[in-house]
Amino acid sequence: MSTTHYAKSHEWIRIEGDIATVGISPYAQQQLGDVVFVELPQPGATLVRGKEAAVVESVKAASEVYAPVSGTVIEANAALADDPSLVNQDAGGSGWFFKLKLSDTAEIGELLNEDDYTALIAELE
Amino acid sequence: MRYLPLTDAERQDMLAVIGVSSIDALFRDVPASAVRHEPFPLPPHQGELEVERALSRLAARNVPAGSVPSFLGAGAYRHHVPATVDYLIQRGEFLTAYTPYQPEVSQGTLQALFEFQTQVAMITGMDVANASMYDGASAATEAVLMANRVTRRGRAIVSGGLHPHYRATIATHAHFAGFTIEAAAPDAAGTEDLGDRIGPDVACVVVQNPDLFGRVRDYSDLAAQCHAAGALLVMVVTEIISLGLIKSPGEMGADIVAAEGQSLGNPLNFGGPYVGLFATREKYVRQMPGRLAGETTDADGRRGWVLTLSTREQHIRREKATSNICTNAGLCALAFSIHLALLGETGFTQLAELNHAYAVSLADRLAAIPGVSVLNESFFNEFTLRLPTASAPIVDALAARGILGGVPLSRLYSDAPDLANLLLVTATETNTTADMDAFVAALQELI
Amino acid sequence: MSDWSKALSDFRPGSGATSTYSGHRGLQIEEKLLFERDSPGCCGVDLPAVPKIEPRIGAARRTGPIGLPGISEPEVVRHYTRLSQKNYAIDTGLYPLGSCTMKHNPRLNEKLARLPGFADLHPMQPLETVQGALELIDTLANWLKILTGMPAVAMSPAAGAQGELCGMMAIRAAVDAKGEARRRVLVADSAHGTNPATAVACGFTVDSVPANQQGRVDLAALKAQLGPDVAALMLTNPNTCGLFESEIVEIAEAVHAAGAYLYCDGANFNAIVGRVRPGDLGVDAMHINLHKTFSTPHGGGGPGSGPVVLSAALARFAPLPWVIQDESGRFALADTAEGDAAQSFGRLKAFHGQMGMFVRALAYMMSHGADGLRQVSSDAVLNANYLLASLKDVMSAAFDGPCMHEALFDDRFLKDTGVTTLDFAKALLDEGFHPMTVYFPLVVHGALLIEPTETESKATLDRFIMVLRSLTSDATSGKGDKFHAAPTLTPRRRFDETRAARAPVLKWTKQAEGRMAAE
Repeated sequence: MSTTHYAKSHEWIRIEGDIATVGISPYAQQQLGDVVFVELPQPGATLVRGKEAAVVESVKAASEVYAPVSGTVIEANAALADDPSLVNQDAGGSGWFFKLKLSDTAEIGELLNEDDYTALIAELE
Repeated sequence: MRYLPLTDAERQDMLAVIGVSSIDALFRDVPASAVRHEPFPLPPHQGELEVERALSRLAARNVPAGSVPSFLGAGAYRHHVPATVDYLIQRGEFLTAYTPYQPEVSQGTLQALFEFQTQVAMITGMDVANASMYDGASAATEAVLMANRVTRRGRAIVSGGLHPHYRATIATHAHFAGFTIEAAAPDAAGTEDLGDRIGPDVACVVVQNPDLFGRVRDYSDLAAQCHAAGALLVMVVTEIISLGLIKSPGEMGADIVAAEGQSLGNPLNFGGPYVGLFATREKYVRQMPGRLAGETTDADGRRGWVLTLSTREQHIRREKATSNICTNAGLCALAFSIHLALLGETGFTQLAELNHAYAVSLADRLAAIPGVSVLNESFFNEFTLRLPTASAPIVDALAARGILGGVPLSRLYSDAPDLANLLLVTATETNTTADMDAFVAALQELI
Repeated sequence: MSDWSKALSDFRPGSGATSTYSGHRGLQIEEKLLFERDSPGCCGVDLPAVPKIEPRIGAARRTGPIGLPGISEPEVVRHYTRLSQKNYAIDTGLYPLGSCTMKHNPRLNEKLARLPGFADLHPMQPLETVQGALELIDTLANWLKILTGMPAVAMSPAAGAQGELCGMMAIRAAVDAKGEARRRVLVADSAHGTNPATAVACGFTVDSVPANQQGRVDLAALKAQLGPDVAALMLTNPNTCGLFESEIVEIAEAVHAAGAYLYCDGANFNAIVGRVRPGDLGVDAMHINLHKTFSTPHGGGGPGSGPVVLSAALARFAPLPWVIQDESGRFALADTAEGDAAQSFGRLKAFHGQMGMFVRALAYMMSHGADGLRQVSSDAVLNANYLLASLKDVMSAAFDGPCMHEALFDDRFLKDTGVTTLDFAKALLDEGFHPMTVYFPLVVHGALLIEPTETESKATLDRFIMVLRSLTSDATSGKGDKFHAAPTLTPRRRFDETRAARAPVLKWTKQAEGRMAAE
């Protein structure tokens, strides 16, 4: 059973066992505008919670994507290289960025659940 | 004052609208200690006639290279720029336009930049080129920085054939940005072999073709060695017209080309402004510094051009930018482009052949002077002479006789006594037989 | 066609445009790419025959074609003339870009820069043959030192950004020379992006200093952030909000007390030139944009020139070469790190600097003189305040006046209209004006930064005010469609920038030619 959690920096993370899939939220893609390029981490790379994991570029801005939890990258979404618009079309699904193997499951406790995140973005608007 | 349209009456009206009694009130945030009441110790305004007179006097105290037989190179080359070029770049819509941030009213600049990028990619044999950099030396520096980013390594090997000013510029940045460079000794003998130096921490090897001494090489083998070690080959070209005759850096396997474009469209200008050319492979395009013009369509479906991939640049990425560079060499790039458009395939080739032919004639005549030898087996339009004595005093003596007879190596390497007898000599299409007669005769006398 | 571009093209301007067979529209002439005008074998230059010689090019001779197009001279002239006609320029009209200082570019400067005695000089000629050129550089340097009240100036940086690099490298060299481990640089959060990018290029990490409610650097926040690990504060004065940093003297004192240096981005020098000296404000290093304050032309993006004035403490680190003068008055170029220049941090470019721009800038300075330059800053500030006073009742000024040489607005006045700052700017294009700077500085939402400069007449300003007021009225009375579709009268309409960035096409290719024809 997987649940979706969120980081305050607008990344979502779906965890199954000790494997997590990470992307950016629909709110984040809307703020960015048309995504033109995504720079993804290499499989094998070590990510630290809260540190830069990827970069997402739109026409007018480039934003860092931070690792919501620490771990090792096992797969990057190759589809984004050919079609970065997947991030805009389906941020929560086929627009995923990378999968990683968690190194510290305790970090999950620090993430926001769906309701908390919805409240957060409501405040921003 | 002719550049100021406001009249005193208008100034008063405007102050009234603003609601203040004097202009000083608008400077109220300036600290009292910094408010100046005394005038600056500088002359008052002058009309065109006076300014022209004063600056013409300064200009008259110089010897223009074209007014005497001149054979100077070492990174800047005297070529004939067709009259058309200077008239076109002085059209106000080119001269006084800004960076094309509003593409709808900047298609002139953007299309010209796209054409420039295409021309540079063509002559260098590379996949993609940017819209120019400040000069060849800063382009070479940006190339090394880019190689560091791409390979995630921090050491650059620099050929002893690279122009020392370029090496010094790269070294300055290396010192501050925290990467290292390993510079080979000046390669006057042309025996350098950098293959052994390419360790696993090497990001790139930087070579120049033709090199400082004028030698022409095929760097294909070195390119292969670099790639086998996971490093990039950066090729510098200081005399861009050489590409009319020499195999392109792209064909040789270069990964980044950093060149000086001054030879096309741009006068010597005592060292600036010049135009840096920067080209690389498709896969590295997002790591390229500088501006890029890209093709797209507008709302009516018509083709046009915009600045693109600007998220790499400083105004957006700020501290994470690929470079801090802001301007390109705009008008100098346009001049380059117009000159190359006029030359075309046949003209560019013929111009290169002329340069080479004149240099060969001159080299043969100089080598025939007893005591003088030409070091190069190969060259394009620049070669190195070995004189029997130090070359700097000879160059000064030649200048006193009204001949600009080359650049002494000691001017570029002040602490290398083994290079003191060497002289860099260049011949271009602007040199006449009479020029060469004068040079040969004078040198013969002085030796 | 995407929804986006369909929506734009659904809008039709009032006066129906007639279609033509040629695709041209009167004087608006469509012009192909150079490569699409290729007449193989044609050449726009006549060159002499190549004498027969034994080639010495060695084994690396080019064998294949390059692919350059062949074109005659008349065709080349027509090509570039047509291109130029699609550009807006200062010569065309008001170009109110904030912090760019788009002032008139005098043609006297062009004439003098082209004198063979300046333009036809090789940088490595014997020094005896270029004494006049060296004197010109020295004279310009003197003007800059006097105008800024600083004792030294580095002339070689090729542009403003390179000038920043020069100033920050000098600061880093000074810090290193003292053996101090200061690796942090504070940057005002309203700063232009080059500032942090430059600091990083010098091996520093960057921290932001916030602005206070009055739009100036927050002195208390700054003091809290200063420490023994801070090398410098980078700020712009007047700042990018068009405001003079009223506490600049206290800021400089705090920075110096903490053992750090004050770097000033001189992009906005036009507001105070001839009137206030940065040296009197406590600045240690400031780059000057000759292509902004001193009228050298922007050329569609360059070349610029960015000399850097330096305090006594930093002067010794200035980059090579230095133009020096001996007791007999003879000029020379110090281009090795020895003697007085022993601590120079090195070279920034191949030769001595942007000589072509030096001639232009000096001609401009001499034309204005001390009295003229003081009038320049006065009129620049007057013009900006006139615009602010005439617009602030309908457009939302970011700060209460007065401003310096530029006026900053934000997008509050467009709230709930559906018209963005970008849309507003595009509507200005149809009105025959180049828009102001938009979305900069980042500290204000939907920024509109207007810098008229001193070379604009009152009549032009009045016309501009009238247009802005009319557009504001349209935007706030439900005429949003016009803004979304704008521009409609320019040589091209809004571009698909997403496509340009997703699948970049950065050069012409033969295959692309076939594809374009098919579309």
